[in-house]
Amino acid sequence: MADVNRGNRPLSPHLQIYRPQLTSVTSILTRITGNALIVGALMVVWWLLAAATSETYFATANAVLTSWFGDLVLFGSLWALWYHSLAGLRHLVWDYAVGLELETAEKLGWAVVGGSVVLTLLTVIII
Amino acid sequence: MAFLTDRKRAVGWGSAKSGTAHFWAMKKSSFALLILVPLFVFTFGAALGGGYDEVRAYYSRPFPAIVAALTLLVGFHHFNMGVQVLIEDYVHGIWEKVLILVMTCVSYGAASVGLFAIARLAL
Repeated sequence: MADVNRGNRPLSPHLQIYRPQLTSVTSILTRITGNALIVGALMVVWWLLAAATSETYFATANAVLTSWFGDLVLFGSLWALWYHSLAGLRHLVWDYAVGLELETAEKLGWAVVGGSVVLTLLTVIII
Repeated sequence: MAFLTDRKRAVGWGSAKSGTAHFWAMKKSSFALLILVPLFVFTFGAALGGGYDEVRAYYSRPFPAIVAALTLLVGFHHFNMGVQVLIEDYVHGIWEKVLILVMTCVSYGAASVGLFAIARLAL
């Protein structure tokens, strides 16, 4: 173990070398949506805390969440939530070594992108 | 030393130290969230936009309150494990540990505040 050459090794190519593809972009988006959801999640927790505290505090938090800014964050979070759920479902399927062929993976990628948009719009219509 | 097998020398020295447990925990919480997230979206969506009394009345019902509590609990646990991987991939050295600690405090802090709020609304 100690004689492993740690200095002058060739490095495997990374993001800047590859042309963006559907499979890589959908994978990166999974990470971005998952982590960005912290913003919407903290807003929802704040709103719940305000509702549990007092009427005046709720009025403040509710005004922020129902403002154009709150709408923008919550709408974005809704899409991120559906996207991350569908992409996560795709990962759970992939864990069984199913659907990894390039053609199927590309189709699944479009399904995740399209499905997340459809589910977001459906949710907005229903709510 | 000479009596240690190669495997024994390697155990615990992988980049993630305990990758299998982490992977399995992510998988379990993913399955749970696939059920919880749609339930939460539609219950929370029904409450949002209502007035103070409406929201309080809505979350004093058991189903929306339990769905919200479970979603926040499992969701923030899942987020904490996910953000840990994000940090481990891009940050190294002391800041890696500091950021993981900070995000652990944020995750479980927010989850507890949410649970406290829901308990207060529901009871």
